[in-house]
Amino acid sequence: MANTIKIRAKEKGGETTVKALISHPMETGGRTDKKTGKKIPAHFIQEVVCKHKGATVMTAEWSGGVSKNPYISFKFSGGAKGDDIELSWTDNKGEGDSKTGKIK
Amino acid sequence: MSTEMKRRIFLKRSLAAGAVGVAAGAGLLTPQEILAAWNKAAFEAKELPSALNELLGVSDHEASADINVKAPDIAENGAVVPVTISTSIAGAESITLIASNNPVPLVANFKLGQGASGFASTRIKMGKTGDVVAVVKAGGKLYSAKKEVKVTIGGCGG
Repeated sequence: MANTIKIRAKEKGGETTVKALISHPMETGGRTDKKTGKKIPAHFIQEVVCKHKGATVMTAEWSGGVSKNPYISFKFSGGAKGDDIELSWTDNKGEGDSKTGKIK
Repeated sequence: MSTEMKRRIFLKRSLAAGAVGVAAGAGLLTPQEILAAWNKAAFEAKELPSALNELLGVSDHEASADINVKAPDIAENGAVVPVTISTSIAGAESITLIASNNPVPLVANFKLGQGASGFASTRIKMGKTGDVVAVVKAGGKLYSAKKEVKVTIGGCGG
């Protein structure tokens, strides 16, 4: 899976706000396909890790209860304009993606 | 226990830890195995106390006014319910998000790393009307706040 992440980070007054959107179906495994009557297998992101200068600022563990094409936002201090910020995810099938953005 | 015994145990443990580190570094472990950190038992728990116990080691939590749960009063579409949690509790280690009436109540757990503020925002699915509970772990204790969200169309069914 490539290019599934959109990341924005903005520094203001010493605090950096990170916002990210990930393209992912986030299937819980509890839904049934109306046409075939079969269960749609679970396929959701289990872990999202965000790093700034090699240090993990946020680790999110998710269940299938997070909406399709998930949005995540959080804040941290210590970031500066121009710094790299890296976000990566891994799902229950072992697939994943990562993207590096710059703090503005 | 003699000093000799302790030394042996220490050696054993450090050797074991070293081996895992090397294996991960050499790419011998698949992502699935590294993901062992993802707490399967907690995310499969059907009841809130057992989920909290599996995830955070404690299930007792006290209501706190220092946690703010921002969510709509009425969600027209249960598949996308925006939730924002902010807390001013000092030393917050994690923010856990729970939709109490969902088939899997534990929705997300945000582990706050270095320098992270007590803030997390995401969009969740809600099967039916119920409380959105935020649990903040700080100093080994759990604090919580909740907000009821009325759901007109559920987001968990097919």
